[in-house]
Amino acid sequence: MTTTPAIEITGLTKSYGDHVVLAGVDLTVPVGAVVALLGSNGAGKTTVVRILATLLRADGGTAAVHGHDVASRPQEVRESISLTGQFAAVDEVLTGRENLVLVATLRHLPDPRGIAEDLLARFALTEAAGRRVATYSGGMRRRLDIAMSLIGDPPVLFLDEPTTGLDPQSRIEVWRTVRELADGGTTVLLTTQYLDEAEQLADRIAILHGGRIIADGTLDELERLLPPATVEYVEKRPTLEEIFLAIVGDRPDRPDRPDRPSQTDRPDRAGGAR
Amino acid sequence: MTTELLRDTVVLSQRCLRHVLRSPDTIITTAVTPIAMLLLFVYVFGGAIEVGGGDYVDYLLPGILLITVASGVSYTAFRLFTDVSGGLFERFQSMPIARSAVLWGHVLTSLVANLVSVALVVLVAVAMGFRSGAGVLAWLAVLGLVVLFTLALTWLAVIPGLTARSVDGVSGFSYPLIFLPFISSAFVPTEGMPAPVEWFAEHQPVTSIVDTIRNLFAAQPVGATGWVALAWCVGLLVVAHTLAMATYRRRTT
Ligand SMILES: Nc1ncnc2c1ncn2[C@@H]1O[C@H](COP(=O)(O)OP(=O)(O)OP(=O)(O)O)[C@@H](O)[C@H]1O
Ligand SMILES: [Mg+2]
Repeated sequence: MTTTPAIEITGLTKSYGDHVVLAGVDLTVPVGAVVALLGSNGAGKTTVVRILATLLRADGGTAAVHGHDVASRPQEVRESISLTGQFAAVDEVLTGRENLVLVATLRHLPDPRGIAEDLLARFALTEAAGRRVATYSGGMRRRLDIAMSLIGDPPVLFLDEPTTGLDPQSRIEVWRTVRELADGGTTVLLTTQYLDEAEQLADRIAILHGGRIIADGTLDELERLLPPATVEYVEKRPTLEEIFLAIVGDRPDRPDRPDRPSQTDRPDRAGGAR
Repeated sequence: MTTELLRDTVVLSQRCLRHVLRSPDTIITTAVTPIAMLLLFVYVFGGAIEVGGGDYVDYLLPGILLITVASGVSYTAFRLFTDVSGGLFERFQSMPIARSAVLWGHVLTSLVANLVSVALVVLVAVAMGFRSGAGVLAWLAVLGLVVLFTLALTWLAVIPGLTARSVDGVSGFSYPLIFLPFISSAFVPTEGMPAPVEWFAEHQPVTSIVDTIRNLFAAQPVGATGWVALAWCVGLLVVAHTLAMATYRRRTT
């Protein structure tokens, strides 16, 4: 048993120009926990994940993964994490198998092919293993993407909206994988817009809003945040959605989520200021 | 650290080379335009161009080789851009690898792919009557210059590859590079140009590189021009590499 949390974030800030995205985020994720980071579009979920994954430098505050500061010890952090970004990051020109072998080779693991075959079977990709990823469906890509992230059994996993764009079956598939990983002791920080996903998977839920974590706890704990008056009138257990909306409050301006931004629209990929 | 960089570079170069092998059209396309220019200038304009003795194809080939490289590196920019926009770049950057290996994989692949294209163009030129009296050392010197020139342009191509917002932005950068040889001694001697143009032609890198390669092919002494050419290549390489690495550091943490 270790006392160092898997992830420890204190006072994290990040702005793009005048646009304050993170205004002092505090979050602690214990080892082995599954924590869901909830937030509307543009709340800064991806920004938090990218800072933790050593891809983006914070303006202020600290973040540590397994006790390693992300800013000063990035290489140690990379040793203990794996990132599944918001958009599937797979090599379209290679086959599914080659993608997995590539990651296993880069991680200097013995028997990359064996690892690839195992994961292909586990993610129902064996049949398509020899095909170029360009021919894969969105769900297959995402499964391959997640499979690539599991190579090397990193103790801390970041999943940025892992089931966005997946059909219900693939989503259940991903959920099952996350639960298996959690059972195996992997710490998972996942971001999601789907409240049911957070309810299904997470031990703890953190709500990111206005640049801060405005609520953080188990579903039961969050329930208590509801105004008592509301609780009296609900017969069944309130859904997380109700809790979320009640806490966040200002909902009418909630923007519609675009289906899938085009490549050039991806702010976190194209670089530079918008 | 260094052995890790080497090991990861090898792995990522293999990956990139696989991309090239799976779309061999990129090598062909790279070679086709210069070959078309070679044919056009030798068989259509060549009769009207006075280069002072010798076959025009012998005169033209060095410049065409530089054009080949200038158009070839746009594929490097494109492949890197695809990695960046598709998220693979960030995946690699978040992994415990020697991070710059991601760039080196692209750079080495660019070198290999461009040398293959250059070899194709040389073969076509030979079929068209290009002959060289150059010995092994002279050929090696030509190879060395072409390698340096390719590396310089490749590192330059890394910049749009990392920063472009769209595919058009990526390919756009190579147009001026392809155009540069036209205002040099690559196609016609600079003496016939209007004074300001001649001054520019004489003082831009392509002319000295082209003249040096031409003299090496003709088994003539290269003289001081050879050193100028080498200085241009090394200087461009250093500047391009410095700028590319600065861009890379700004792009990553
Ligand atoms: N490179 C950038 N330049 C300027 N603004 C940016 C950049 N990257 C992100 N932003 C802005 O930061 C804010 C937070 O973005 P982020 O991607 O972290 O949100 P998110 O919670 O992941 O949203 P989503 O649910 O849409 O994925 C957004 O308003 C976004 O426009
Ligand atoms: Mg996001």
